[in-house]
Amino acid sequence: MSWVRLKRFFSVFHARNLEFMRDRGTMAWNFLFPVLTVGVFSFAFSGKSQDLFKVAWVGAPTHPAALRLHETQHVQFVDVPAQELAGALARVRRHQVDLVLSQSESGGVLQYWVNDSNPKGYLLERLLLAVESTSSVQRQTVSGREIRYVDWLISGLLGMNMMFSALFGVGYVIVRYRKNGVLRRFKVTPLGAFEFLSAQVVSRLWLILITSTMVFAGTNAVIHFHMEGSYFDLFLVLLLGSLCMISLGMVVASRIKSEELASGILNLLTWPMMFLSGVWFSLDGAPRWLQSLAQLFPLTHVIESARAIMTEGATLAQVGPNLGVLFGLSVVFMAVGTAIFRWE
Amino acid sequence: MQERSSERPVVLEARELIKDYPKLRAVDGVSISLRAGICFGLLGPNGAGKTTTIEMLEGVTTPTSGAVLFRGQPAGDEFRARSGIQFQATALQDFLKVSEVLSLFRNLYDQQGALAEIIELTEIGEFLDRETDKLSGGQRQRMLLAVALVNDPEVLFLDEPTTGLDPQARRAFWEMVHRLKKRGKTIVMTTHYMEEAYELCDEIAIMDRGRIIARGEPDALLQEHFQTTTLVLPRAAVAGREALLASSPVFGHDGTVVRETDSQVEIQTLQINAVLGELLRLQRDLSQLQVRSPTLDDLFLRLTGRELRE
Repeated sequence: MSWVRLKRFFSVFHARNLEFMRDRGTMAWNFLFPVLTVGVFSFAFSGKSQDLFKVAWVGAPTHPAALRLHETQHVQFVDVPAQELAGALARVRRHQVDLVLSQSESGGVLQYWVNDSNPKGYLLERLLLAVESTSSVQRQTVSGREIRYVDWLISGLLGMNMMFSALFGVGYVIVRYRKNGVLRRFKVTPLGAFEFLSAQVVSRLWLILITSTMVFAGTNAVIHFHMEGSYFDLFLVLLLGSLCMISLGMVVASRIKSEELASGILNLLTWPMMFLSGVWFSLDGAPRWLQSLAQLFPLTHVIESARAIMTEGATLAQVGPNLGVLFGLSVVFMAVGTAIFRWE
Repeated sequence: MQERSSERPVVLEARELIKDYPKLRAVDGVSISLRAGICFGLLGPNGAGKTTTIEMLEGVTTPTSGAVLFRGQPAGDEFRARSGIQFQATALQDFLKVSEVLSLFRNLYDQQGALAEIIELTEIGEFLDRETDKLSGGQRQRMLLAVALVNDPEVLFLDEPTTGLDPQARRAFWEMVHRLKKRGKTIVMTTHYMEEAYELCDEIAIMDRGRIIARGEPDALLQEHFQTTTLVLPRAAVAGREALLASSPVFGHDGTVVRETDSQVEIQTLQINAVLGELLRLQRDLSQLQVRSPTLDDLFLRLTGRELRE
């Protein structure tokens, strides 16, 4: 990129930053909304009021004790393929699952895993053993610190806030520029579409990273989130996720002139992601097709990787597939957005 | 010795511009050739096609057919870099100060005008630190003119630049355009204020229904179309049009037209001496007699049969 192009890029970038920072209402909302959400959920789920028991049902056991337990009410059974036993055990460690049941390959012995520091696991174990002698049941234990709901939720909230800020902060704003004639004024200057769009992307990207970092640091100082992995890795996930979402916003805004239509399309994109990408609840118990559908959403990959880093201590290599999807989608969205962009 | 305008090179040329919209031909075969340093005015009522024409010249709107040439070449990137535009309604980003808007647009060009000169010429120095949405109508137009000048353009487009301004602000804007003309800028403007066109433009083209129906220097056009002189009298002085026509055959003579409004009677005539002599002979009160020269409004009325602001 030549110096002249860089100068144009930085001028538009600077102007957009000024516009955002002087719009105090919008800026305050960008900080306030995620802080309020984290605060409310932290408070609401701070007690031990959750009384639902969760059992990982690995490889569909047929042991009589397991089947009898399966008839118990108020216990949620999550089907887990046999090859995903390790993942289920990790969840027992974090108190996200209270008991894991798996039958040995020969079919005779029922194995179960509990976390000794989880009282719900203890109760489920009592229930299991009350209906069957211990001869054909094998106990195994794991240990690990409890993951509070808010520890689990923070990745989703950060991701959701980033999604709204990216899609509406770029998509909606560009449509507004087109509608009120700002783009028309730029069109008759030497400014190119790529220079204009990249300035919008970078401006929103750093604003999201700053706000997300400040919100996370601020709420972390009070709530002390569970963090197993690297803060730098988490930052990279947010960076790539933001880039992907902003690029998606660019595609939406590439030609539309109506703010109402843009708002409708952006809502159509954000609402399914908000409910199916694992912001509020896990899709572990959901049908397979729904879980597959969720993999199409960028937010799913942001949340999965951020959550894995925070709660499981995953490395960048371990969340590589998620990051690869985010990177690929970013490239596609940016290419399409720039190619089909119209000033008017 | 001052260079004659006809000897200056052609800067901008439009060839047979046509713009079709669904069920409407907005511009129908407009050709224009502009020499360097002139102020050219496109006049016409609302819907005549002048804004569409100027937008095709600016490169904002793509013609259905025809071509726009800048210095003999199809208008493209170089033209965009060497032209300045003040739209009829220009929107800017929110929350930016005047100085920041100038800086933003100035940095978009390779060639930049001297900022101090632009600020002095457009008289915006006193409100450089004010946000653009806090400017008055006149201040905003001056700022937008400054934005159009940031690249020291060869060709400056002004689309209805004084619409909505009070008379004082309009006069102040005219002064700025005069200063720009002295600096040799080629200016293309649209307006539906005829006095503005007469004041500023070296050459005008009158548009109606997408076509140019007359073109030339304002005075030459008026002389070409009006050999008559118009006398204006209070209605009471001649007892109205009918009484005047009945009083002497001179007023019904070929080449003389008498019109009447609520308060005045207008006598448009080729025989000024005969008409004045007859009024004196009839001992009419001529103490409030006015002699009015034809205006561009009259010209438009004559050419189209419609009032300019219809």
